[in-house]
Amino acid sequence: MAIGKGPEVVTTYDAKTPLMRREEVIADPLARLERMMEIRHAEQKIRELHEEGLAWGSTHSCDGQEAVAVGIAAAVAPTDHVVGAHRGHGLGLALGLTPEQLLGETLGRSVGAVEGLGGSPHLVETSVGLVFTVTLMGAGIPIAAGLALAAEVQGSGRVAVAVFGDGSVNIGAFHEGLNLASLWKLPAVFVIENNHYGEFSRYDRTTAVEPLARRAEAYDLPWELVDGQDVDAVIAAVGAAVERARAGEGPTLLELRTYRYFGHSRSDRAPYRPEGELEAWRARDPIRILGERLEAVGMVDADALAEIDERCRERIEAAAAHALASPVADPGAMFRHVYPEPNR
Amino acid sequence: MARLRMNQAIGAALADAMAEDPTVVVFGEDVAAAGGVFKTSVGLLERFGPERVRDTPISEMAIVGTAVGAAMGGLRPVAEIMFADFFGVALDQVVTQGALVHYLTRGAVTVPMVIRSSVGAGRGFAATHSRTVEEWFLSAPGLKLVEVSGARTAYGLLRAAVREEGPVVVLEPRALYGTREEFEPGDDAVIPLGVAEVRREGADATVVAVGQTVGIASEAIERLDASIELIDLLTLRPWDVETVLASVARTGRLALVEEHPFTGGWGPEVASRVGQELFGELTSPILRITAPDVPVPFTRDLEFRYLPTAEYVAAQLGRWLETDTLPSPWWERIGEEV
Repeated sequence: MAIGKGPEVVTTYDAKTPLMRREEVIADPLARLERMMEIRHAEQKIRELHEEGLAWGSTHSCDGQEAVAVGIAAAVAPTDHVVGAHRGHGLGLALGLTPEQLLGETLGRSVGAVEGLGGSPHLVETSVGLVFTVTLMGAGIPIAAGLALAAEVQGSGRVAVAVFGDGSVNIGAFHEGLNLASLWKLPAVFVIENNHYGEFSRYDRTTAVEPLARRAEAYDLPWELVDGQDVDAVIAAVGAAVERARAGEGPTLLELRTYRYFGHSRSDRAPYRPEGELEAWRARDPIRILGERLEAVGMVDADALAEIDERCRERIEAAAAHALASPVADPGAMFRHVYPEPNR
Repeated sequence: MARLRMNQAIGAALADAMAEDPTVVVFGEDVAAAGGVFKTSVGLLERFGPERVRDTPISEMAIVGTAVGAAMGGLRPVAEIMFADFFGVALDQVVTQGALVHYLTRGAVTVPMVIRSSVGAGRGFAATHSRTVEEWFLSAPGLKLVEVSGARTAYGLLRAAVREEGPVVVLEPRALYGTREEFEPGDDAVIPLGVAEVRREGADATVVAVGQTVGIASEAIERLDASIELIDLLTLRPWDVETVLASVARTGRLALVEEHPFTGGWGPEVASRVGQELFGELTSPILRITAPDVPVPFTRDLEFRYLPTAEYVAAQLGRWLETDTLPSPWWERIGEEV
């Protein structure tokens, strides 16, 4: 097997492994709400750590996009393979990565998901299928096609999922990967997480097609435009695409329409947004949508919501404290794993 | 013993690797039904079936990216990029994705993929289909790079590359596809990566060559009345520093015969390392016999002027050995009597 066991998972605040965390999200709507709140707190904390000068380097926050991450995690099996992209804190936590692994990685500590050697944009946790995170636009699309090819040749029943942003639909890898995956009818799902901005440019200023998922028609693939603020809509669409892939009916292209509350990266204050756009999207906040839905059916009340939110805040604070108290990898770490050990 | 053309040897290596390991799959442009434009995969589709032997669209980024993903997922893909110049549209997947997966996953995910490609001048394919482009891969941590020099090394290195746990780029001088060599294919013919071969022994100078310049250098040395050691580097990353240093320490002289232009490539890497390690022990300056810093010309006479020919290599080596000073390259003597 090319995908083996990663570095040992650190002891977590609530003693849950990534797989346990993932199973909660798959099974329980309340756990999905809690994970979305956890993601929001993690992004808030990471910004604070940067503002306090405690964190270093590049980071991309996904506040506002939590339903996309958690919906995908709930619809995809932990044995399936997911290739993420650079704005991946939410997807990582949703798939099962622990807050300790995320905070450790963003702070460059050896307790991070990849020992602090990858950083905020390179989260990996193979025990829940997050096998790689790419930061070059669209690069994960042909890689997911390859993972799907392996699943097909081996008859493993696995599905490969590539998650990428609206900034990835105009690069060659997108078109080449979609064409090959369609031609070979591979068990793959391609998810455009359209948060409206590729770096500083709104998607409709850079792409000739609306909606973006209509690109699928060029490759004879089914597509769907989905409300990415509604976690249940995401689960339904991704779930159907996964089942289609698993049944041997080939790939699907999904566009999950969402919104990035903050700038592209730390230094970007997003002055390019049209007036009122952010406020309009904040009015459709994914955490509030799910919270109200669960409240309406009596699964939570205001007190319970506040309690869950506080629990998430504490968990993230504890993870940050744990990471800050942890050592940076020794210089020898940079020499390890550049090449694999020969096995025969 | 079999007497195989280099393209047949490559086909034999692919067939043997596929027979040995059911996870080996082969894909690329026209590699299946047509058996490869250079006939390097003839008969594989018939023998191993369409699941494991696939034609792809003309789509290099998809070819390499799919190979990366397939390798991550547990297969051992051997993908073909028809001409190495085409790596230009797929380089991200080779050096930025495939080469870094193992490092960025801290060893949790391996990429046992091989990308084969034809390289080099001498076949009239013109400027955009004739480069050797080794330099695109030399500076890529995580990647291994080999360049074969004939049927035997093509077979042996390809078999070894398929068994590697990490990504390997295998470059095949296309001018040699039709050349024959006698050897016995099989496990004993596997050539480990990272090990150079001393092709002939000598005492007065060490010549290091790669790919099609191995044969050219060998022919040149035969024309000279001198005791020259010839080393075929075979693996360019990581290259066999030990064998080269040991030889030059004995002979006191190093010449490199490089197909690529003067600037960049494997030659400067070897020259600088030997210069650093053996400064003071060298009895003459390191000689680099290379192509000029220009695109590969099309017209036949100029293409073979561009390439270091046996005649030119012999002349340069002869002057160097005679005077212990560097002869100027031919392009600095245009208009003079050569």
